[in-house]
Amino acid sequence: MAQDVVHDVPEYFAPDEDSVGLVETRYYTPELPPEGFALECGRSLPSITLAYETYGELNEARDNAVLIVHALSGDAHVAGVHSLEDRKAGWWDVTVGPGKPYDTTKYYVICSNILGSCRGSTGPSSIDPETGKPYGLSFPMVTIGDMVRAQALLVDHLGIDRLLAVTGGSMGGFQALEWAVRYPHRVASVHAIATSARLSTQAIAFDEVGRQAIMADPDWLGGDYYGRSTPRAGLAIARMIGHITYLSEEQMHHKFGRRLQDRESFSYDFRTDFQVESYLKYQGDAFVARFDANSYLYITRAMDYYDLSAGYHSLVEAMAGVQAEFLVVSFTSDWLFPTHQAIEIVRALQANGVPTTFIEIPSSYGHDSFLLPNQQLGDVITGFLAHVHERIGADRSAVSAP
Amino acid sequence: MNANGRPTKRRLDYELIEALVPNGARVLDLGCGDGRLLAQLAQNKGCQGYGIEINERYVLECIKRGVPVYHGDMMEGMTHYRDQSFDLVILSQTLQQTHRPLEVIQEMLRVGKTAIISFPNFGYWRVRLRLLISGRMPVNDLLPYTWHTTPNVHLCTVTDFRELCDANNLVRTRALFLVPPARQISRLLANWRAGLAIFEIRRGG
Repeated sequence: MAQDVVHDVPEYFAPDEDSVGLVETRYYTPELPPEGFALECGRSLPSITLAYETYGELNEARDNAVLIVHALSGDAHVAGVHSLEDRKAGWWDVTVGPGKPYDTTKYYVICSNILGSCRGSTGPSSIDPETGKPYGLSFPMVTIGDMVRAQALLVDHLGIDRLLAVTGGSMGGFQALEWAVRYPHRVASVHAIATSARLSTQAIAFDEVGRQAIMADPDWLGGDYYGRSTPRAGLAIARMIGHITYLSEEQMHHKFGRRLQDRESFSYDFRTDFQVESYLKYQGDAFVARFDANSYLYITRAMDYYDLSAGYHSLVEAMAGVQAEFLVVSFTSDWLFPTHQAIEIVRALQANGVPTTFIEIPSSYGHDSFLLPNQQLGDVITGFLAHVHERIGADRSAVSAP
Repeated sequence: MNANGRPTKRRLDYELIEALVPNGARVLDLGCGDGRLLAQLAQNKGCQGYGIEINERYVLECIKRGVPVYHGDMMEGMTHYRDQSFDLVILSQTLQQTHRPLEVIQEMLRVGKTAIISFPNFGYWRVRLRLLISGRMPVNDLLPYTWHTTPNVHLCTVTDFRELCDANNLVRTRALFLVPPARQISRLLANWRAGLAIFEIRRGG
């Protein structure tokens, strides 16, 4: 019933000829010291597994690797399809593939699912080896810094010293910034898209409403719902709220207006009357089928806690050691990560003399803009990355020259 | 090159500006357009160039040329650079479009050791003649806009600019003068003869 509206929604992932094609998710479980993987919260995990995908080939110089880091609900499956029956390609298929901005004929593209997720990496729905049962709320809190340190183990495992780029939108941008600060020598460039150096008060507020919806669901059971019915209603509401923040007023009006869904007149009850209601319900239900409510709690918490300047006197000081070149992109209609927050990053970089490119791209799609086909975003990434790669090549030949 | 005419008209002074830039300088170009000058300085003089540009179509061109660029207002774009963090700050044919020219110049000399400023000379004899004879606002290669479409809000003459420098303790270390299309002329009667002026200035001691 909601299908008509859903088809009307921007088609994020239309399969096309320049696709990476059939891909598969792989898993990496690093060998850890006896104390396990120590986390910023003071606790540790006895073992961790990261789900990841790679496309393209690592070149001989090992200087063409691009790490894509994903946002709240993302996963390792960035591009291509897992089976020919898949209805959708990976979540950023518009930018990853042969001839696309992250051109898999030139670059070796890696994407790792984050720690705390439910999409193949270790998270609250994973089995706690000590109890043999899912962690639930006994899973320790993980931070953006923890996620990045885990990714660094994967990058080591893949034999890469220095990444050509770390790129991410939204919470992916948090991780990309974290990479540049934590591992300055390992990152040649950062593409920070629709992101900020810390989560805004307003965004924390939306996260909290989402979490409260989950925790108020009687099926949540303090997080111990595995093997029973899951808190579907709560997680769906959380996702509906999220979706509102990802769109813009203009685009919502354009897509749905005040049009009614499959009816001519009001029902005069509380069934679905408006198309926008139908859209949000569909998004909520679709999300419940693929996402774990506890992971939603943990990951939104990690976003809330993120503040790149924490532990420093200022953001400028936090970014003092950055060696990567930066590309910072914002979108005009993004009110969840507005342009002034992007400029805050840019200014801290400028104050440190870091070569930085900043562009605000006109788009009416709100925060979602970075996931949608956007010629300008594509051109910006393509141009920026090509020059960084060229410069690295030039530096290398300068170093190796007699 | 485009309807706005900017990159095309700027070529006139690029070569002369390039000659003023020392090798390997750290350069900031305000209103850098498509980034051509900075790309040229990087290639020919090994400069590290940065641009500020408000038009996102030009920003895209800068990115394609590999020029780091800030998309936004030039005053806003300069505020967070540290004092004297550039060897040189360039303002090419844009001074007359700024709302507070003196503040722009002072900010240029805060973030940079030297400023290079070029502007169309409103004292140029052709400009004076047009106004005198036809009684109309001048329109020519350097001033390509009609009075009601022009972004130029603070046009000045060579003499005006010199006086501004003198009154604000700004030292003119070099001056170059051009007539269209691209002929360099001496400084003799420059306020009459020059269509375009290029000044290199520093803060006075």
